[in-house]
Amino acid sequence: MITFENITKVYKSGSQEVRALDGVNLHVNKGEIYGVIGSSGAGKSSLIRCVNLLERPTSGKVIVNNRNIVSLSAKALRAEKQNIGMVFQHFNLLDSKTIFTNVAMPLLLMKRPKAEVEERVRELLDFVGLADKADNYPDQLSGGQKQRVGIARALATNPSILLCDEATSALDPQTTESILKLLKKINADYNITILIITHEMGVIRDICDKVAVIDKGEIVEYGFVFDVFAQPKTEIAHNFVRSVMQDDIPDSVYQLIHTQTGNNRIFRIVFLGESTSKPLLSLIAKQFDVDVNVLFGGITELQAKPFGNLIISLNGEEREISRVIDYVNEQNVTIKEVIEDAS
Amino acid sequence: MLVDWNQIIEALWQTIIMVSFSLLFSAVIGVVLGILLVITRKGHLWENPALFRVMSGVVNVLRSIPFIILLVAVIPFTRLIVGTSIGTAAATVPMVIYAGPYIARLIENSLLEVDPGVMEAAQSMGATPWQIVLRFLIPEALSSLILGFTIATIGLVGASAMAGAVGGGGLGDVAITFGYQRFDTTVMYITVGILIVMVQGVQSTGNYLSNRIRRR
Repeated sequence: MITFENITKVYKSGSQEVRALDGVNLHVNKGEIYGVIGSSGAGKSSLIRCVNLLERPTSGKVIVNNRNIVSLSAKALRAEKQNIGMVFQHFNLLDSKTIFTNVAMPLLLMKRPKAEVEERVRELLDFVGLADKADNYPDQLSGGQKQRVGIARALATNPSILLCDEATSALDPQTTESILKLLKKINADYNITILIITHEMGVIRDICDKVAVIDKGEIVEYGFVFDVFAQPKTEIAHNFVRSVMQDDIPDSVYQLIHTQTGNNRIFRIVFLGESTSKPLLSLIAKQFDVDVNVLFGGITELQAKPFGNLIISLNGEEREISRVIDYVNEQNVTIKEVIEDAS
Repeated sequence: MLVDWNQIIEALWQTIIMVSFSLLFSAVIGVVLGILLVITRKGHLWENPALFRVMSGVVNVLRSIPFIILLVAVIPFTRLIVGTSIGTAAATVPMVIYAGPYIARLIENSLLEVDPGVMEAAQSMGATPWQIVLRFLIPEALSSLILGFTIATIGLVGASAMAGAVGGGGLGDVAITFGYQRFDTTVMYITVGILIVMVQGVQSTGNYLSNRIRRR
């Protein structure tokens, strides 16, 4: 649906060159919610603007619907933009126009018949839950409501792609949640491909199927959200994971380990979805001759499925412990040793 | 002391004619120039640094000439356009040359205040440059544009007083001839009073319209 091929973006100011994007390759499939996360200045904002050419890449291709958007004529590009909706961090609504006109704007630009515009706008306002605000002005709405207007406007032309530029970063946590639910609904109901850029790992955790981590203009890590959460490969990805899910072993746990006796090994187990419903730890304790102790961890929600990350200690014979590891592996649960022989 | 009211009413009328016509023409020039001064900027809709520099230079040159000098300096040009260099119609020409670049700067200022995010949204929707100017830039800046025109109109009322120097007539002319040269202070006070009322009226109307449109 969207493919970035070797995208670079260089800004020149005087003799200084800043490489905002440095050889980015990324592929977004149809119907996916793809999140790109990075700190400010990492290049994510430039990346998303390359999809509808609000910023033109210095080199590389952006393939949207099998066409390289960079080589389109101005006219063809304008037509293509009707297929790509965009939602902004600061909403970017016209303060001088009513909510109705704001949502209608993309259709008015296309000179659609009045009756059609009327019908479509009512439908959209209904969908985002603002049917009663049609005649209000943006300054009479809350941040969350303004973003709903922004989303309705982006959907006006029935696009197949929705770009979200830090769409929830200016909103409070509760409003963020409701906007994310709306985006999820759009994705599910209309099968619209969504590309989100954000600096909040919570957004990735809540709605994205895949995630790419961008740093200094390069994609340093990408994959399914579960995989990145379970085993972040880079320090920067790990930091983002940590921002929503504490997975470091606190000092107090270390202290505890040192006071324990016997053969004691510490493992991290990570599991998603159905495997959380099985009483795994209790089964281990029953079936094997080991003592199981949960030292630390938590269960959070990843795409509406429970996602657990626990630090446990296993105390027992070496042979029994390796049997436990085999058993856990069979259950589709990731287990990884954290500290060897902490006794 | 006798006050010739007919004369004052005629002068008032001349002032209104001079101000309205020069406002009309200078607004056309100012709007076009002002929009161009914005969209030819670096990184804007119709980037053209050369054109921008030329226009900006011309505006600066015209704006640095004192109005009283301009009034005399453009006489040959006025004669070319109006056919005569004296009278109310003739006074309009230097007034337009004076106010046009001034309005251009006021408009440029207002348009530059429009949130760049709104422009970005417009571009993301696939709006043509023309649509962006008409449907996004101008409506979003309208409230501020009206205040700009208010300032320009008041400036023109002031300029019209000096236009008396080329026989343009008007309230300013009456105030100078009667009040200053003939020491008829009553007439002077009356004309100045009328000018104050005019300026107040223009400003209040401008504020009212601008406030009605303002939405933020």
